Parts: sequence; C-alpha cells; structure tokens
Amino acid sequence: MTGNCNDALRELYEFLDGELTDERKTLIKDHLAGCNPCLEAFDFEAEVRILVSTKCREEAPDALRQRVIDALRDCDPATEPAAEPDA
Amino acid sequence: MPLMSSLYSAALRMTRNPSDAEDLVQETYLRAYRGFGGFEQGTNLKAWLYRILTNTYINIYRAKKRRPEETDLDDVEDLFLYHRLGGLEAATLGRSAEDELMDYFTEAEVKDAIEALPDTFRMAVLLADVEGFSYKEIAEILDIPIGTVMSRLHRGRKALQKRLYEFALDRGLVGTRSAPAAAPPSA
Repeated sequence: MTGNCNDALRELYEFLDGELTDERKTLIKDHLAGCNPCLEAFDFEAEVRILVSTKCREEAPDALRQRVIDALRDCDPATEPAAEPDA
Repeated sequence: MPLMSSLYSAALRMTRNPSDAEDLVQETYLRAYRGFGGFEQGTNLKAWLYRILTNTYINIYRAKKRRPEETDLDDVEDLFLYHRLGGLEAATLGRSAEDELMDYFTEAEVKDAIEALPDTFRMAVLLADVEGFSYKEIAEILDIPIGTVMSRLHRGRKALQKRLYEFALDRGLVGTRSAPAAAPPSA
C-alpha cells in the first residue's frame, strides 16, 4: 500500500460528503483512477450511504398533518411566550 | 408543510416511537411558529427547523425518558462492512454492490441499526446520511464544533455498519466472522 491509499482512505467520508476542497478532491480522484482497491472501497461506502438514506424514509401520517394545522390555527403568536430556538 | 415527512422521519428515529414522534413534530412546528421572529431571512429554513426539532427532543423527550447516559461507542475498524461484504458482488456476476446491499438489508434492519446508535451519534448520522446536511449545517443544528461532527459521523457510521453486519450474520447471509469477503485495501 502506498501512502496515497492511506491519504485517500483517511479522507473517504469527507470526499463522499462533498466536504473537501477542489484541490483535495482532485488528488483523490486521480488516486482512485489508478487504484482499483481504493475505488471499490469508496464505491462500497457510497452505496452504504445510499442504502441508509433510501431505507430510512417515513411518510408523515395524514392525522399528524391535520393535528399540526389545527394546533397552529389555535396558536396566536402574539399571546404566546416567544420561543427561543437558539436558547 | 413539505418538510413534515422529513421531520417525522427524524423524529421517529430519535424517539423510536410513533406517538412520541408525532408529539415531537407538532411541538417543533409550534415552537417554530412562535419563534419565527428569531428566524433570519437568508438562513436555511430546513436547518432551522431541525435545530428546533433536536433541541426539543433533547429538552423534553430525552429528559423525560431518563435513559442512562449513553456515553460512547466501541471502536470499530474502518471499512468494517466492506471488508466483510465487499466481495459479494464479485461472487454474483452482473450485479452491482448497490443492488446487493439494497437486496440484503430490509428497511426494518436499516432503521433498527440507526436507532441502536447512542443519541449523539444517531443525530449526526441522521442529519448527514438521511437528510444530507453539510458538516457546517450539522454543527449549527447540534451546536457543536465541526471537528466533533466529523468524529461523531465517523464513529456512528462504523457502529451502524457493525450492526448491519450482525443482521447479515443472523440471517445467514454471510459465512463466518473469521472470513472477510474482500481483501482490505488498507494494511
């Protein structure tokens, strides 16, 4: 294993998450173009991410939508204590 | 309310309970509505709603449940699942790794694997892998430094892979624990 493999693998998640600079991204892409074991590992990790994002979706129940609409209708922001989302 | 299904998905993974998840989503919308004056134009509305959702969850539901403090995760090696399942697509010609993984794991298993993560890791993984937030957005939603986001994601994802592998073992989808299917690309 060359140092390039270790460098690439260390930044695997940042690469897949789109968090690297263009310069780092290009270096990794260049490495993957010539290193099949790393390419396969990157590809596999990308597929795991797709698996997780695809199989973790829920549809909000209609009853919940109605509940929220009703609750918001009953809620007058002028008379409610102000919520502090940053608190 | 186009974001409600996304918020409900996250709420269900956090509370692990449909009734609590519905209450959490309703409370999130109410707090958002009351606090809308604090919303700054130009900032990310979705991230703002998730910040309210996670804060509400932490303040109300986690306190209510009095769960024992979940501190940490076991160390799991990098590329845990790849080293064990990565060779499978080679064994079944003409199929991609993506097809294999999608067929291997059911929705219930993926959801269970997420829900098994300790709170702090679960939230980071949900926000990144399910909702697609950037590290910076996750840092703002959870009010933690970006470095902490990265380490929680890294360790949370590895723990999730370990759990998925346990499902594969339980169902006899893979052989023994001692025979990694793929040659590790790293030493």
